Parts: sequence; structure tokens; C-alpha cells
Amino acid sequence: MAFLEETVRGIRKDIVKMIGKAASGHPGGSLSSAEILTLLYFEQMNVDEKNPKKDDRDRFVLSKGHAAPVLYATLAAKGFFPREELQDLRQLGSMLQGHPDMNKVPGVDMSTGSLGQGISVAAGMALAGKIDNKAHKVFVLLGDGELQEGLVWEAAMAASHYQLNNLIAFVDNNNLQIDGAICEVMSPFPIDAKFKAFGWNVITVEDGHSFDELRTAVEAAKKSEDKPTVIICQTVKGKCVSFMENNAGWHGKGPNAEEVKQALAELEA
Amino acid sequence: MAEKKSTRQAYGEYLVKLGETNENLVVLDADLSGATKTNIFKKAYPDRHFNVGIAEANLMGMSAGLATAGKVPFASTFAIFGAGRAYEIIRNSICYPKLNVKIALTHSGISVGEDGGSHQSIEDIALMRVIPNMTVLSPADAVETEKMMDAALAINGPVYIRLGRSDVPVLFDETYVFEVGKAGLLKSGEDVTIIATGMMVGPAMEAAERLKVDGISAQVLNMGSIKPIDVDAISDAAIKTGAIVTAEEHSIIGGLGSAVAEVLGDVAPVPLERVGVKDLFGQSGKVAPLMEKYGLTANDIVEAAQKAIGRK
Ligand SMILES: Cc1ncc(C[n+]2csc(CCOP(=O)(O)OP(=O)(O)O)c2C)c(N)n1
Ligand SMILES: [Mg+2]
Repeated sequence: MAFLEETVRGIRKDIVKMIGKAASGHPGGSLSSAEILTLLYFEQMNVDEKNPKKDDRDRFVLSKGHAAPVLYATLAAKGFFPREELQDLRQLGSMLQGHPDMNKVPGVDMSTGSLGQGISVAAGMALAGKIDNKAHKVFVLLGDGELQEGLVWEAAMAASHYQLNNLIAFVDNNNLQIDGAICEVMSPFPIDAKFKAFGWNVITVEDGHSFDELRTAVEAAKKSEDKPTVIICQTVKGKCVSFMENNAGWHGKGPNAEEVKQALAELEA
Repeated sequence: MAEKKSTRQAYGEYLVKLGETNENLVVLDADLSGATKTNIFKKAYPDRHFNVGIAEANLMGMSAGLATAGKVPFASTFAIFGAGRAYEIIRNSICYPKLNVKIALTHSGISVGEDGGSHQSIEDIALMRVIPNMTVLSPADAVETEKMMDAALAINGPVYIRLGRSDVPVLFDETYVFEVGKAGLLKSGEDVTIIATGMMVGPAMEAAERLKVDGISAQVLNMGSIKPIDVDAISDAAIKTGAIVTAEEHSIIGGLGSAVAEVLGDVAPVPLERVGVKDLFGQSGKVAPLMEKYGLTANDIVEAAQKAIGRK
């Protein structure tokens, strides 16, 4: 338990450092989903950093691809590639592109960045698992603003139609998108009732930063018999960096040197 | 140093001007109003700005619906999501019924920078140009952006305006006249004609200066109107200078280079060299090194000009 807490703290520090160094990137939505990725990669997913393409691995699709830094920091912490690579985020020629590239980064299962597409691809991966009688799961992380894309619901319909119980989606419900609060820009609520109506098994996590709550949800999701599961996680955008928390202004902006220092001090406290 | 301003900034500011005199003008965005600069219009006219959320297909569909009722929608998001995700809605619900929707998409081309290849639209000119009833405009600077917005309003039908993220030098002054379907002669010359659009117009002028040092007289045409394209200007330039170079921040497939090649093939075949993205995806990086990496600099235009002249 303390191990996960320490791990996620390191991941948060790497997120802040790499985005600060790049002077561009998306800190808010990376920090809000750090526990979800940490729990998946360090406890719940069957993956092998020494053999990133092993056939029976669980898959992870970052449908909200702009949160690439949390995925990169997690993969580096897990040992998929050296942590030094994180310094080159968004630099010309770097494998760490602004949005994840599956052909460049060991451990990245799908290239993403255009919102709405990742869950559709994840549904296809899950369908392939069914065709081939495979036991692995497909995990996918969506933003709450991302739910506004029609494609999300086309995929949701198909996933329940094909009874893809091997598909587990997370919604990072941090209540913010770029232009402000999701309920003001274009409300996707009620999220739970929508997924239920689309035939999904719906689990709500009150504190999306609690490993215990997330674990209980994932373990229940893995037991779903004939439905895909969505785990709707209440989170805080910019979590653990006081001046970024619940602030839409930190969606896609790099902190300056002073801000990086302050953020790291808070994360070390 | 010339003043610098992005075409998206000019777009957002001028929308407010147009909104003053045109009460049917409405603006739609898809959760990028800070980046597309339509939030400037929103501040002035909150009742005429609609944020549809992250839903580009619906952005175009609702714009079409508004146009059927006499509204004049300006629909904005990034070029990759507008021309890409919503392509077929633009085709079938805006262009096929010839509805009066202005599609102004920002963050076109490689100069998006750090967001990388997934966000750098190098095919939007091709996608928009191929649709019947569509007009395609690509401004070189802030002034031309305003003139093109005026021209777009004067057209009763769909118009695509291609805008950029990065600051670019202001090349024109208020006396500049833009006409749909007409190229602008920026510099007269004898040996080769450089036809440029968008943010490549500045580098094209620079290339002409450098070629002069080598004793080569280069003519420069600004092709802001990509569709309809100025067939006469292209064929006159081909006959006069005998060699053509195109320069665009777009794939060499389907964009300005292709449009010029089509005209040359039809009426005046001469050697053509196309400066543009060579059938590759972009990647993350700072703008200047990216432009170098993808062959989009004044230097690349100079080399292309020499090559075109050598093929005469
Ligand atoms: C199809 C598409 N449209 C627009 C964008 C630009 N964009 C990037 S992030 C974002 C907001 C995402 O909000 P949300 O899904 O809530 O993500 P989070 O709050 O978790 O960062 C937008 C509009 C995009 N990447 N893809
Ligand atoms: Mg959000």
C-alpha cells in the first residue's frame, strides 16, 4: 500500500518535471488520473516490461491521449524504458511525442490524441480477444469532456451489443475541460445513467485518488459476466499541486521554473 | 522587424467587427475557443457564441442547421478535427446543399509544434478543395485574414478559411485588395515563379531575395485563393518564366502544389517543383526546427527554384 503511494508520488513529480522541461503539455488531466494508471500498471494489469508485446498481456488505451505524461511517467517507473527519456518529452526526434505513439514507445498499446477514438479502438481490441478466446482484459481511460464525442457512444453501444465483458473503461471525472466546467460547456451528465442505458455495468468511485476504492472497483469489473464495465471516478484536475487543482487554466500549459519548484516542494511534503 | 501576429488572432478579433454589422452572424466552437480565438467574439457577443463541446461532427451539423434559417455561422476548431473528423458532415450537410457556413479552422500545418503529428493537419486543403461548391482560402497574414473574412461573407455558400497557430509577419497593409479567384503578384521576375500560400509567403519573398544575389530573377505570386484558383495567373507565369515552384505548409499531395500541377497540365506544362510536406506525418518539436526538418524554409524554396530552372 505504502508502495503504491510512494510510486504515484514519484510519477506526479516526473509529470511536473517533464512538462516543465518541455514548457508545454497537459499537467491537469495527467495528475487527475495518476492513481488509476499506477494501480493498473503496478497491481492490476498483467504486463511485462521486459516483454512489452507479449501476447497475453492486458491492454491499456489512453483515449484521452493528451494525458501522455502520466502514461510515460508510469511506463518509465515500471521499467519499460529509462526514466531519463522523460526529459525529451515533446522534443524533435523524441519517442515521447506530445500524444502517445505506439510505434515509438515500448508499452504503449495504441496511438491516441484525437478524443473519442481510443474507446472505439479498445472495443475492437476486446472483440479480437473474444474471437480468439483470450483471457486478457482491455482497459481504456476517457476524459469526462471526451464523453461529448459521438464516437464514444457508438463504441459504447457496440461494446454492450457484443457483450465485451473484457472491456473496462475508466472515466476521469474531474469536471473540467479546456473551456471550463463540463456542466457549463456541454453537460455529459448523468454519466452513470447514460452508460447504464447503453447496457454497461456501471461502478462509481467516490474518490478516484483512493487506491482501495479503485481496487475494489477493478476487481468487481473483472468479474462482470456479459457486460463491459465503466468505472466513473471522481477526481481532482491537477491533483496534489495546489495552484493547479480544479483550475482549467492548467489543462494544457507548462509550469515555469518557479512553478515547477513549488509543485515539487508540495509533492515532497 | 515587421509586426507579427497569428492568423487565428486576427480571425478572433475581426469576428467582433463583423458581428457589429451583421446580426445574423453566429460563432460555433468545440471546446477550443481559447485556442481558436473565438472567445474574443464570445466576450463581445455571448448570446451569439455557441460551444458545442468536444463534438466536431455536431459542430458542423448544427452550423448547417443554423444556415438553413438564415444565420451565418462561423464554425471553428483545429483543422485536423474540423476537416478530418467532420469531413463527411461538411460534404453532405454543408456543401451538397450549398449552405452558407464559414468553416474557419486553426492550427493547420506543421507549425502546430509540440502537440505533434496527431494534431498537425497536412491534408485539410486537399480534403476541402475536392468538395464541389466549396471555396478554399488560405491567408498569409493578419490583414489578408480580415480581407478573406469579408470576401467569405460576400459569398452565399460554404467557405473554408485555413488559419495558423504561430505568429507570422504582417506582410500587407490596409490598402491590400483581396479577390476570390485572383492571385496577388508580390514581385515580378523573369526566370522562375514561386507560388506560395499561407505562412510560406514570407519565406517565398525571402527566397526571391536570395535568388537575386545569385543572379536569378524570381517572380512571387501569393495564392490565397486556392479554390477557385487563378488559372490565368498560373498560365501567364508559366509562359513568362518557364518554371514554377509551389510552397505550402501542407502535403504536396492534394494541396496548392497539386492544384497548380492540374492547371499546368491542362494549359501550360512547364517544370514544377513542389515545396511542402513530402507524404509524411509531422511530429512534436519547436516550430523553426520542424519547418527545417520538413523542408519548409526559404532555403528549400531556393533549392527548388534552382532545380526547376535546371529542368527548363
Ligand atoms: C477530437 C478532438 N477534439 C479536440 C481536441 C482538443 N482537446 C484536447 S484535450 C481537450 C479537453 C479534454 O477534456 P477532458 O476529456 O475532460 O480531459 P481532462 O479533463 O481529463 O484533461 C480538448 C478539447 C482533441 N484532442 N481531440
Ligand atoms: Mg475533464
